[in-house]
Amino acid sequence: MSLSLRVSRLTIHALAECDKDPNPLRCDMAKGRIVAGCIAPHPPHLVYAENPDQNEPTSEGGWEQLRWGYERLRESLSEIEHDVIVILSPHWQTYVGTHFLGLENFQSLSVDPVFPNLFRYHYNLNIDVELAKQIHDNAEKAGLVVKMMENPDFRVDYGTITTGHLFNPKWDKPLVVISSNRSTDYYSAEVMQEMMIELGRITRETIEESGKKAIILASNSLSHRHFTTESEIPEDMSKEHIASHAMHLWDMRIIDYIRSGQTQRILDEMPEFIEQAIAESDGGGLSWLISALNTPDYPAILHGYGTIIGTGNAVVEWPCYKHEEDSQ
Amino acid sequence: MSDGEIIGSYIVPVHPHTYLVPEQNPGWTKLREAFDEAALRIKNSEADLLIIYSTTWPSIIGHQIQADPNPEWVMVDHDFHDLGSIPYSFNIDSEFANAWNEANHKRGLKSRTVNYHGFPIDVGSVVALKLLNPDNAIPAVIVSSNVYANRSETSVMAKACLDVVRSTGRKAIAITAMSLSNRMFTENIDPADDKIHSLKDDEWNCKILELMEKGRLEDVGQLSRTIQKQIRVRKVVAFKPMWWLSAINDNRNDLTGEVLAYEAIHGAGAAVIHLDPASCGTGDKEYDEDDVEYFYGDRSVLDSNDSKTTNIDEEVETIDEIITAEENGPALWEPTTADGSVNTDSAPKPVGAYPHARRVGDLLYLSGVGPRQAVTNSIPGGPIHDEDGEPLDYDIKAQTRAVIDNIALILEEAGSSLDQVIDVTTFLVDMKRDFQGYNEVWAETLGKIGPTRTTLAIRALPTPIAVEMKVIAQFLE
Repeated sequence: MSLSLRVSRLTIHALAECDKDPNPLRCDMAKGRIVAGCIAPHPPHLVYAENPDQNEPTSEGGWEQLRWGYERLRESLSEIEHDVIVILSPHWQTYVGTHFLGLENFQSLSVDPVFPNLFRYHYNLNIDVELAKQIHDNAEKAGLVVKMMENPDFRVDYGTITTGHLFNPKWDKPLVVISSNRSTDYYSAEVMQEMMIELGRITRETIEESGKKAIILASNSLSHRHFTTESEIPEDMSKEHIASHAMHLWDMRIIDYIRSGQTQRILDEMPEFIEQAIAESDGGGLSWLISALNTPDYPAILHGYGTIIGTGNAVVEWPCYKHEEDSQ
Repeated sequence: MSDGEIIGSYIVPVHPHTYLVPEQNPGWTKLREAFDEAALRIKNSEADLLIIYSTTWPSIIGHQIQADPNPEWVMVDHDFHDLGSIPYSFNIDSEFANAWNEANHKRGLKSRTVNYHGFPIDVGSVVALKLLNPDNAIPAVIVSSNVYANRSETSVMAKACLDVVRSTGRKAIAITAMSLSNRMFTENIDPADDKIHSLKDDEWNCKILELMEKGRLEDVGQLSRTIQKQIRVRKVVAFKPMWWLSAINDNRNDLTGEVLAYEAIHGAGAAVIHLDPASCGTGDKEYDEDDVEYFYGDRSVLDSNDSKTTNIDEEVETIDEIITAEENGPALWEPTTADGSVNTDSAPKPVGAYPHARRVGDLLYLSGVGPRQAVTNSIPGGPIHDEDGEPLDYDIKAQTRAVIDNIALILEEAGSSLDQVIDVTTFLVDMKRDFQGYNEVWAETLGKIGPTRTTLAIRALPTPIAVEMKVIAQFLE
């Protein structure tokens, strides 16, 4: 049986279980929930431009539109209570299933293999191993291939670190870090979506089950065609623009759906978006995020949009907490 | 100093199983034994340099070359982290790395060296160096695989490396760290159950190995795109290492090949192959694709209209001795300056020894004028094919307008103008496709002036353009 077919059958099975009890997890949960979901891109350029103490290279700034977007996101969520941040990063690429960081602390130096001139970051982050293991176990029960990463020598990918820093520079909340299963490459965008929609559902239900309040982050850009040259001063903003008009049109189309609460259309058009915009959502993050948020039909907040070496990047927040309050 | 040369080549698998847990599967053990045999052969050779092209080190801004003389860290595989860690401390020839980087620039490539503490050396390079050069006796150099690079860029990068090998008198071993078929099982498997992912992948792998056994490396290079489509998961790189390895071996088909082992690693095709430069005597074969010497591709997208292009022109001149520019489109020339010649910096440089125009009496005879732009050499409407000869979509109207604009610039330099044109001969490379668009632009421009006109279909023009015009104009003082 193909993996995609098996996931579909398991999904049907899970839905059948829900039919017996419309809210099997919510009815006895200790009110765990996702309080916000975000698209939080990870170009190392943004950390480089900020000159934090942890990063070795220094800059004269740059990419302010996106960095101000992250500021607005942080401000928007500053009063929102949360226990944990869950990140899916396309730069921890796994081909044998989906993996989860499984040790309580990781400390090391992260050097970006593509932009080592910009990103050499000394990190020290904590993992909510309990929640990671719970999501892992529930995903395994649902038929997904999963693995806990428990090697202490493992270096955390720079996508996770960049998003982690930009979202929470104090690093004072534990993370759950999920790898990017490259099922788009191995099978198709459709199979990737089946798996990520399932993982998103499991993530949501496990968070509810855990009693924790979580913010979930899809660490990915939108269109993803890079320039293949770098200006002598990397932060020279006179050189920065979208790679092509077609990429701009796709970015605006997706952002329009985001801002108008049409996330189902994003899922529907994901294969074309991935193919035509070389979108980084091929890594599954955006599909996982939308599914974990239960395919929201309310508008998200666009905190910022900008390009980085030609790629399109948006900082977006789905304010679940506010939506729930408004609905009550 | 004697000329340097490639004294051997190896293809080796990238996954960590052969280093960390070879005992867990008989096939992995065989691969490890093949690695050990290759290491022994290298040790007993005259090799003084190992050059690694790794498919597990992707790059975006051109190619990157490791230049840290002693990189040290502990490598853990992103997928197979449960197999263990690999501490490493390598001996890198940073002098060679810097020279290769400079040679790349001279051949029009974008590249840079990396020399940063903690830089994450990729799994393919780590496994190759740990097993092929266990005591670090031979210095090494590692280059990345650019995710956007095509055959031209990859081949030229190999030739730049060969320039340095030869000029520095090195006896070098070329190594590609790569899988054959790269489709792994996407589930965890018992090591005892490992096998090639599918019969189709296995058949293609065996075909590759058959060619390798016969030393037909360039034939494998020519098949790269087909192999990529047939048995490769997209991931981030194509089946590019064969382009690199073939080019660094002078695109030969008569090497002496030996497959030391072929097994599966988690479903992917893993082989240890030795290619000796000694001729196997089967005779070399014809060469199908352009043998590119200089890279003219899109590596200056940020600076399409300023000094970058000028720098490339300067670099062309500095390496005239090693480049036959005609092999990848013609070189640009300064216009000649005989009596009556008219030349202008506003028009594109000629592709041979001739002026932009020449005045005889009260007539101006223009050399064939195309749409290329001065300074940038770019083609409005786009080129008609890429550097590999693959057809591209282009805009004939934009090209035609650019031709007429260039004609106007040359005439103005001569003291004439477009309305003094009296006769035009137009050359189109695709009459059926382009005549209508060309004709529309003509009607809007020269058609209103009224010169006589002849339009011919021709097979090709020297540069990747679709239209060129030969013009005679009056010169009225």
